[in-house]
Amino acid sequence: MAPSLSVAPVPMVKAAKGSVTVVALRASLPAGYHANSNKPTESYLIPLTVKWNAGPLDVESVDYPKGKLEKYSFSDKPLSVVTGEFAITTKFRVKQGASSGPAQETGTLRYQACDNHACYPPKNVPVNFTVEVQ
Amino acid sequence: MKRYFRFALIGCAAVALGFVACSKSAPQRVSVKNENTRHQAPDFELRDSSGKVVRLSDYRGKVVLLDFWATWCGPCNIEIPWFEEFQRTYKSRGFEVLGVSMDDDGWKAITPFAAEKKINYRVVLGNDKTGDQYGGIEALPTTFMIDRDGRIAKTFIGLSDKKEFQDAIESLLEAPERSARLLPVRPNGS
Repeated sequence: MAPSLSVAPVPMVKAAKGSVTVVALRASLPAGYHANSNKPTESYLIPLTVKWNAGPLDVESVDYPKGKLEKYSFSDKPLSVVTGEFAITTKFRVKQGASSGPAQETGTLRYQACDNHACYPPKNVPVNFTVEVQ
Repeated sequence: MKRYFRFALIGCAAVALGFVACSKSAPQRVSVKNENTRHQAPDFELRDSSGKVVRLSDYRGKVVLLDFWATWCGPCNIEIPWFEEFQRTYKSRGFEVLGVSMDDDGWKAITPFAAEKKINYRVVLGNDKTGDQYGGIEALPTTFMIDRDGRIAKTFIGLSDKKEFQDAIESLLEAPERSARLLPVRPNGS
């Protein structure tokens, strides 16, 4: 059974034009599964990523959870993975030219999960939150 | 004395008959499904790296290890060298490995990977339709052992045991094609 990564709804953000705001995506994988971290130890593995679409905010940086090195039956070397609950934080700057009022910031969280014996196709999870530009 | 001789003769005949019977029907190892419970493997048309259309039905008469895999799949990476070895060892006996890659990035991902791994068997690019034909391939690797009559004799989901693959291959190679067994015996080879 392919695991589903769930992402908690992001509370509304209020930010002034030109200011910096940090938004956390809180995600969770079911027990027994792992996803590659953003910096997998093998080049062929698909990393955990978040991509934000163009909106009222500019992305300054994205911080991913530090991968845990874990050994699995299918790998000679430990793999850098995330398990259970983890957060990805994005530092945004509100565009100076953004319109005042509420707007949607949308993006995609991409992950590829495995258990101890099998892997599951990469999945894209839509993510979004409302920003109140002041 | 004559009676002992007769018993001995009957005994020898029984042993000989038993031997012939055993050698005619290949021993069925428990590693694969009973012939009566096997289902036909769905046929497909997929392309290999040269663009050539490959059908599963092209392999009729051979034992086929059909491996659904992807370059990003760690457990698949463990099995690939085994399959390369099986291809070398059993090819001359009517065996083929056919890899069905489920990579979304297609040949851009597969070609360098296959070169690096020195994959010595044919690989085709799969798609969701093919996966659905095979019951929806969720977990990779998923491998089907297909007998000479094109029927699924065993399914392996996830990283499996090399010895189990070998046992299944040996078992299927020992069994003749059903159509060949059903051919009438012609007198004097005419």
